[in-house]
Amino acid sequence: MKLSANWLRDLADPGVDNAELARRLTMAGLMVDAVTPAGPPLTDIVAGRVVTCTPHPDADKLTVCEVDTGGARHTIVCGASNARVDLVAPVALPGTTLPDGTTIAATELRGVRSDGMLCSGRELRLSDDHEGLLELPADTKPGAAVAQVLALADEVFEFDLTPNRGDCLSALGIAREVSALFELSAPAFEAAAVPATHKDALKVALDDPSDCGVYCGRIVRDVDTMRASPVWLQERLRRSGIRPRGIAVDVAAFVMLETGQPLHMFDLAKLDGDIRVRRAKKGEPLTLLDGTDVVLDDEVLVIADKAQAVAMAGVMGGEATAVGDGTRDVFIESAWFEPRVIAGRARRFGLHTDASHRYERGVDPALAPLALERATALLVTLAGGEPGPVTTAGKSLNGYRDTAIELRRARVAHLLGIEIEDKTIAALLRRLHFDVADADAGWRVRVPSYRFDIAIEADLIEEVARLYGYDRIPAGAASTPMTMQPAPETRVSDRVLTDTLVHRGFQQVITYSFVDGALQRRLGLDDGALPLANPISSELGTMRTSLWPGLVDCLGYNANRQQSRVRIFEIGLRFIQQVSELQQEKVIAGLIWGDRHPVQWGAPAAPVDFYDLKADCAALFGRRVVTFEAATHPSLHPGQSARVVLDGAPIGWIGTLHPQHAAALDLARPPILFELAVAPVVTRAAPQGRPVSRFPGLRRDLALVVPEGVTVGALLAEVDRMDPGWLQERFVFDIYRGAGVEAGLKSIALGLILQETSRTLTDGEADAFVQRLVAHLGDTVRATLRD
Amino acid sequence: MDTLDSLTEKAIAAITAATDAAALDAVRVQYLGKKGTLTERMKKLGTLSADERPAAGQAINDAKARVQHALNARGDELARAALARKLAAETLDVTAEGRGERPGGYHPVARTLERIVRLFETAGFAVAEGPEVEDEFHNFTALNIPEHHPARAMHDTFYFADGRVLRTHTSPVQIRAMQGGNAPLRIIAPGRVYRCDSDVTHTPMFHQVEGLVVDEGVSMADLKGTLERFMRQFFERDDLPVMFRPSYFPFTEPSAEVDVQCVHCSGDGCRVCKGTGWLEVLGCGMVHPHVLEGVGIDSERYTGYAFGMGVERFAMLRYGVADLRYFFDNDLRFLGQFR
Repeated sequence: MKLSANWLRDLADPGVDNAELARRLTMAGLMVDAVTPAGPPLTDIVAGRVVTCTPHPDADKLTVCEVDTGGARHTIVCGASNARVDLVAPVALPGTTLPDGTTIAATELRGVRSDGMLCSGRELRLSDDHEGLLELPADTKPGAAVAQVLALADEVFEFDLTPNRGDCLSALGIAREVSALFELSAPAFEAAAVPATHKDALKVALDDPSDCGVYCGRIVRDVDTMRASPVWLQERLRRSGIRPRGIAVDVAAFVMLETGQPLHMFDLAKLDGDIRVRRAKKGEPLTLLDGTDVVLDDEVLVIADKAQAVAMAGVMGGEATAVGDGTRDVFIESAWFEPRVIAGRARRFGLHTDASHRYERGVDPALAPLALERATALLVTLAGGEPGPVTTAGKSLNGYRDTAIELRRARVAHLLGIEIEDKTIAALLRRLHFDVADADAGWRVRVPSYRFDIAIEADLIEEVARLYGYDRIPAGAASTPMTMQPAPETRVSDRVLTDTLVHRGFQQVITYSFVDGALQRRLGLDDGALPLANPISSELGTMRTSLWPGLVDCLGYNANRQQSRVRIFEIGLRFIQQVSELQQEKVIAGLIWGDRHPVQWGAPAAPVDFYDLKADCAALFGRRVVTFEAATHPSLHPGQSARVVLDGAPIGWIGTLHPQHAAALDLARPPILFELAVAPVVTRAAPQGRPVSRFPGLRRDLALVVPEGVTVGALLAEVDRMDPGWLQERFVFDIYRGAGVEAGLKSIALGLILQETSRTLTDGEADAFVQRLVAHLGDTVRATLRD
Repeated sequence: MDTLDSLTEKAIAAITAATDAAALDAVRVQYLGKKGTLTERMKKLGTLSADERPAAGQAINDAKARVQHALNARGDELARAALARKLAAETLDVTAEGRGERPGGYHPVARTLERIVRLFETAGFAVAEGPEVEDEFHNFTALNIPEHHPARAMHDTFYFADGRVLRTHTSPVQIRAMQGGNAPLRIIAPGRVYRCDSDVTHTPMFHQVEGLVVDEGVSMADLKGTLERFMRQFFERDDLPVMFRPSYFPFTEPSAEVDVQCVHCSGDGCRVCKGTGWLEVLGCGMVHPHVLEGVGIDSERYTGYAFGMGVERFAMLRYGVADLRYFFDNDLRFLGQFR
């Protein structure tokens, strides 16, 4: 909300400058975002009265004006449609510089000399209005400085108010805060009843008083709605960011800015009979003031006449009943709507209005009749008219619970952590114009109707704290009891996994949790994909079922930026919709692509393969035994993919991206990927130490030829089955195909470390074991010793 | 025949002239070997009279010792030289790069998150996590944000067809931690949050850290103390000015925004703080009694404080990152700076 500082000072003058006032308000919780000048300096721009106004001899749209600027006359050629005799408008004489930096010079327009320029609001940077010349009050003395006429020696406060302070969305509301901060008397506005001069009235019916607590209305006949609002009123609206639109509507806007009560002006002639406040019917149409066509339902409260809905209550009036050029008689509405009934309705239809902004946050339930009197008086004074009697349906203060709130002195100290003197607490609350009575444990406090945000003791404590000053609450010691936090070894931190990958050369990335649904589908990861109802874009439209789409996308981004080697990982949730529930599981995923090593002299250049990533992946498991079982996955190369199995349960996948996917993504080579559920991987057992043998071990190497179909895993499983209890280690140190080994076969070099813990093993025992082992492997995996 | 002295001098000259172990050994054999010149002289002692024999023997032994000493010295010298030659031949270019993998690195946001969490862990906070696809109850209602509350509209929520939401803040973790009357409590909840907003200063996903302390006798002074210490530890500035301003959150009462003096310009006013000298970094307050009661905690017996901060903002301030969008482009050239 924007507000003129001078207006605020008219209501409550704190005696400090604007910068200090802004600081104090901010520190009291009413954040002032900016303090800006009310307008440009407009040095040398003067008021000029049009004395004669004749059509330009050679141009249809131009007029030639004789302008009196006080003691001198100037011929000025002008293109504005509202140029007319006796109009007083701003004049920039030759040599004057406009706010946009252009300097006016005498010129000749189609053969007529023009000695300056008559200015529009936009040319003076006062508004966006460039329909015509800015009209100054008719009684303005020619030659007067326009900056003075418009009282531009003012600044505008721009407030960023929190949604609980609906009571501050007005000059009056802010002035009340100023009065509390600076110990001034409560500000007020003129709201004396305006006597009716006739008896014409509309009946008003409320379907449900819990939707609309009170509805006040009155007819004002014979209003000169064509009259322009006076400059002071226009300027106040302008400084609050509201564009003047004609006297009736301007008065409504002004009273709203002044008091916080939204008002609406209907053209009485366009209303069909009496007023009813009711829920809309399902499918009921309404064309709003701004031309928007909406179709309503019973969630929406409307103002209706006999025939139809004429306004969306608390949001915007209808076009059909709006005040327009021909309006003579108006019907003024001033009502209190239940915030819950208004909240969200404007947004639902893509609207946000000054009225809805206030009603959603709450309007003082006592205000409706007072604001109506204020608006009537102002309208009659400025534009004439004959007011009728006020019709009131419902009851003022209908939405107000007038209850005393107990405030315990002990609770103030308890919650704030500071002892504040009793008399200070009571004084602070009284400065807010609260009614404070002493009670046993503290006070009983009644708050004015406009402070509907205050309902419980904690709310009062906040009021005390913010007026007392948050800066005066000491920073407490906050001593923590010396209780040790658990540090389980059986459930290690996720950091163990991320540290491992970082140490192995991976860069962590963070990709969006929503991905391109089409990419996810292409990768075969569409099962259980959950689309967003209101995504930012289709590229960010679907919750990821895997971290792979994000990693692959990140690879593409970096490959396009000349990265020849990518090692990335991410940890985060994946989202898979199952029949009855959404699985939100934390997973860790990695991707490698490009060169195995950073380009270097000391290691041969080679592209990464499955086994590079398998080692990284296996390193995450610490001492735990993890197995990799050949299995196919729609994202992966069918011959280069494995299910990762821990304790018999599948917990993830590893493999080469399917070459077709890689090609579709314009990747010259496919990346290798893994993804693991985090919970099983971080589940560990504390290690148990065992004695190591003091006796020498024996090593035996075997070159075994096996059919291609025999896997290393199968071979080692058979080796393990033959373990006599002193097979300390077994490892494959070469796999060979080619010369000397028949096609369809491969040679596996197997190393064995044999060692007893209680004695020295003999060569004879070792050789006998090897013989038995070779025979067993021959039987089970068709292994033969290589010649 | 040479005198013993001249013989010894010749031997020593030969030793000095020997340039390798083999040559040296040849000299040894020539003089001290079984048939060596000095050995032969010793053998001839028997031809001397008993009177002459001791002195002559002593002279020969002295000569042999001198030669042996020279042999040893020259041998050591040659060995040292050989070692030196070997070492010289093995010299490496130590400026050439080491072999193998280069270190990877953490994402700057994760690094910041980690730093925040670690600081609070040292103060006895335990890490809590929660789902990111939330129901409206935990994300809004239980936090005292009823349907149509203006604060809901301010959240720009992502919805799913069935009404679930992507959590708009980490505050629902508070509710999940407290549910069932679980107090006392001291948690820190880091994680991803989502708002349907994307421009220069907003990404549709970002990170928050939520903190919650519920116990008997917890006050706003404790909240101030905790956050003031946190800010000073995080920015490693013991004298960093920290300011608490009244504000509003539906789930805290009283509520505050916390500003720190601009860490970029030390309060002089700059582009980062938009000339104000202050940076708004955090929202906090005392847990609203309705929230406590809603989860079954006696709000008379227990009080609590809660705070929430945007991790990206802290990362930008700490590491001098000017544009939020860098964080989610995942350009490895950018991320590599935060190893």
